Amino acid sequence: MTNNKSGLSEIVKSVCCWIEGFIFLFGCYIVLFGHLTPGGGFAGGVIMAASFILIMLSFGKERTDKLFPRTRTTLVESFGALLFIAVAWLGIYYGGGFFANFLHQKFGGTPFTFLSGGTIPISNVAIALKVMAGLFLVFYVLSTHKVILDEDISKTEKDK
Amino acid sequence: MNTLPYFVLIPLAGAFLVVFLNVLTRNKVRVISEILANVITLALFIMTIFMFNKSGMYVIGKWVPPLGINLVLDGLSGLMLSIVNLIAFTATLFSINYMRRYTANNYYYALFLLMLAGMNGVLLSGDFFNLFVFIEIASIASYALVGFGTEADELEASFKYMVMGGIASTFILLAIALLYSQFGVLNMAYISEAIANSEFNILLKFTLFLFIAAFSVKAAIIPFHAWLPDAHPAAPAPISAMLSGVVIKTLGLYAMIRVMYNIFGFNGGNMLAYMGLISIMVGGLLALGQMDMKRLLAYSSISQIGYIILGIGLGTKLGILAALFHLVNHSVFKSLLFMNSGSVYHRLGTRNLDEMGGLNKVMPITGGTSLIASLSISGMPPFNGFFSKLLIIIACIQSGHTIFAFWAIAGSIFTLAYYMKMQRYAFFGSLKESYKSIKESPFFMSVSMIILAILCLATSFLLIPQLRDAVLTPAVEVILNADTYKALVIK
Amino acid sequence: MIYILCLILFFIGLYGIFCKKNLIKIVLGFIIMENAVNLFLILLGYKNNGIAPIMTKSMRLDEFLASSVDPLPQALVLTSIVIGLAVTALMVAVAIRIYERFGTFDITEIKRLKG
Repeated sequence: MTNNKSGLSEIVKSVCCWIEGFIFLFGCYIVLFGHLTPGGGFAGGVIMAASFILIMLSFGKERTDKLFPRTRTTLVESFGALLFIAVAWLGIYYGGGFFANFLHQKFGGTPFTFLSGGTIPISNVAIALKVMAGLFLVFYVLSTHKVILDEDISKTEKDK
Repeated sequence: MNTLPYFVLIPLAGAFLVVFLNVLTRNKVRVISEILANVITLALFIMTIFMFNKSGMYVIGKWVPPLGINLVLDGLSGLMLSIVNLIAFTATLFSINYMRRYTANNYYYALFLLMLAGMNGVLLSGDFFNLFVFIEIASIASYALVGFGTEADELEASFKYMVMGGIASTFILLAIALLYSQFGVLNMAYISEAIANSEFNILLKFTLFLFIAAFSVKAAIIPFHAWLPDAHPAAPAPISAMLSGVVIKTLGLYAMIRVMYNIFGFNGGNMLAYMGLISIMVGGLLALGQMDMKRLLAYSSISQIGYIILGIGLGTKLGILAALFHLVNHSVFKSLLFMNSGSVYHRLGTRNLDEMGGLNKVMPITGGTSLIASLSISGMPPFNGFFSKLLIIIACIQSGHTIFAFWAIAGSIFTLAYYMKMQRYAFFGSLKESYKSIKESPFFMSVSMIILAILCLATSFLLIPQLRDAVLTPAVEVILNADTYKALVIK
Repeated sequence: MIYILCLILFFIGLYGIFCKKNLIKIVLGFIIMENAVNLFLILLGYKNNGIAPIMTKSMRLDEFLASSVDPLPQALVLTSIVIGLAVTALMVAVAIRIYERFGTFDITEIKRLKG
C-alpha cells in the first residue's frame, strides 16, 4: 500500500490509515443512533462519504477506482433508494398507511432504547447508503472530469 | 383513495430500479429500461382513468393533518393527473426509437421517471413544503434532461434554465417560510382557513407577490419567459413535448391557480388577464420571425399559455372552463407538434425550416399528424383548438371585455400565420433532391404521433354536456369555490 | 431584527446572480441566496435559551411549549439543504461542461442562443 507512488506523501497516507476507520465508525454511529440523538441518515452519510473522500485525496484516483469502482457505487446508491421506498411501501401492507411505522406498532419498545424506533433506523440506514454513495459519486465525477477544450481538439487536428 | 401514494411511489421506485437493473446487466440490455419505463407510464395512465370525478384525502404515516403530511385529490388535480400521465406515456413510447441516438439511455429513463414522480407529487400534495420538494424534484430532473445532449447550445440553455428556475424555487421557499412564520402550520387547507379568518396585511401581500412571481417564472409568462425558448428546443424531442405539454402547466399554472384561488382566495382582479394578453401578442409576434422549427413551437407555447391565463384571469365560470379545456387541448397538440419536429430531426438531422420542404411526400404520417396539430392549434373548426378558443372569446364578451376578445382573435390570426409558415416551409412545396431517400419515422414514433392526432379530434367531445360534467366541471368547481378544497381536509 | 441580515444576504446573492459575468460567481451567488433563506427559516424556530424539543415526564406542557425551540423548521432546512446540494452539484457540473465547450467562464462570450 505504501509503495504506491500516486497520492500524497507517506506521512499523510499513514495518518489516514489510522483515522480512516474511526471516521467511518463515527458515521455508522450517527446513522444507527439517529432516532435517539441528533443526526440521522443524511448527517451520517455525509461523514461516511467524507471518509471515502479522504481515501481518494490521500491515495489518489487509481486506488479509489480499485476499491470503489463506479458501477459498485451506483449500485449502492440505487439500492439505498429502493430500500427506503420498500420500507415506505411495506407500511401500506402491514401498518395501514404509506410510511406507517409497522414495526413499532407490532413490537413497541421503551423510549430512549436502541430498539424503540421501529422502521426509522432501517430508513436511516437506507438514506445513509444513498447519501454516502451519491455524495462520493458527485465528488468523484466533478474532481476527475478531465476538461478537454474544443479548441484544443481542433488545434491538434490541425497539427496532424 | 388508497391508490394515491402509488402515483408518486411507482415512478420513484421505477427511476432507481432502471439504474439498478442497468448496472447489474452492465448496460448491455437497453430494452430493460425501455420496457420498464413504458409499462410504468402506461400503468399510471390507466390508474388515472379511475380517478376521474373522485375526491378525497390520504394521510401519510397515520399522522393526521395539520401535524402530518397528506395527499389530496380533487377535480382539478384529477384532471391534470390524467393529462400528465397520458403525455408521459406517449413521450416514453416516442423515446424508444428516438433515444437510440444518445448514450446513457438508462439515465434518461431514470430522470424521466423522476420528473414524472415530481409532477404527480405536485398535483397531489396537500402540504406546502412537500409542494416545494416535489417542484424541486421535477425541476432538477428537467434541468438535467435539457442539457442531456451535452452540446454547447444545450448546456447553455440548461444553465440559463437552472439559474432562473433556481431563483424561482428560492422565492417559493421564502414565501413558504413567511407563511409558516405567520400561521405556524404548513398544511394548505389549514393555511387557507387561517388566511380567510385574518386580515390581508402587507406581509401576506408580499408572500402572494413572491408566489406569483415564482410560478410565473415556472410557467414562462411574458416578463419571465427568457429561459423557455432556449430550454425547450435544446432538450431531446420527447422531453420538449413533456416540458411544453405538461411541465410548465403543472409547475407553473396548476400551482399558481391552487395558491391564488384556493389558498389566498384572491382572483387578482384582471391582473392575470392582462398578463395573458401580453403573452399572447408578444409570444405570437416572436414566433412569427423564427426559422428554427422547435424555437417557433416554443414561442407558440408562450402565446398559448397566454390564452389559458386570460381565461383563468377572467374569473367567470365559462372563462375558467374554457381555460381548462384549452389547457387539455394545448398539452395534446403541442406535444404532438414537438414530436413531429423530433421525427423530422430524427430523419433529417436539422431543425432549420429553410433546409426542409416537401416532406409530405416522404413522411406522410409525420406530415399528416402535424397538419392536424397545426389546424387544431390555430383554431380550425372540426378540431379541439377551435372550440376552446371560441369559448375563451365568448367568455371575454360575456364578462364585458370586448377588447380582450378582439385581442384574442388577433392573436389567433397570428397563430394561424406562423403555423401556415411552418407547414409551407417544412411539409409542402418541392422536395429536395438529397432527401428523396428519406424514410417514414420508425414504428413506435409513428404510433405515439397517431395516438395524439386521434386525441386532437377526440378531445372535442369534452364539450358534450355529459362528458363535460364528468371531466371539466369538477375542476371548475374547485377553482371557483375554495371551501370544497378545505372541506376535503378539515373534517 | 436579525431577519434584516437574512434580507441583506438574500440581496447579495441576487446581486451576484444578476451582475456578475463569471459562471462560477453566479453559482456562488445562488448558494448565498439559498443559504439566506435557510437561515431565515431556522431563525423562525429559534428561542433564546431554548431547550431541545424533547418532552420528558417531569415537564408540564405549557412550560415545555414556552421554552423549547420549534423543531419543524430544522427538519425543513435539512431537506432544503439537500435540495440545494443537488442543484449546486448540477450547476457546477454544467459549468465545467460549458467551460469544456466554450473555453471560458465569461457569460458575455457564451451567447450562441438569442432571440
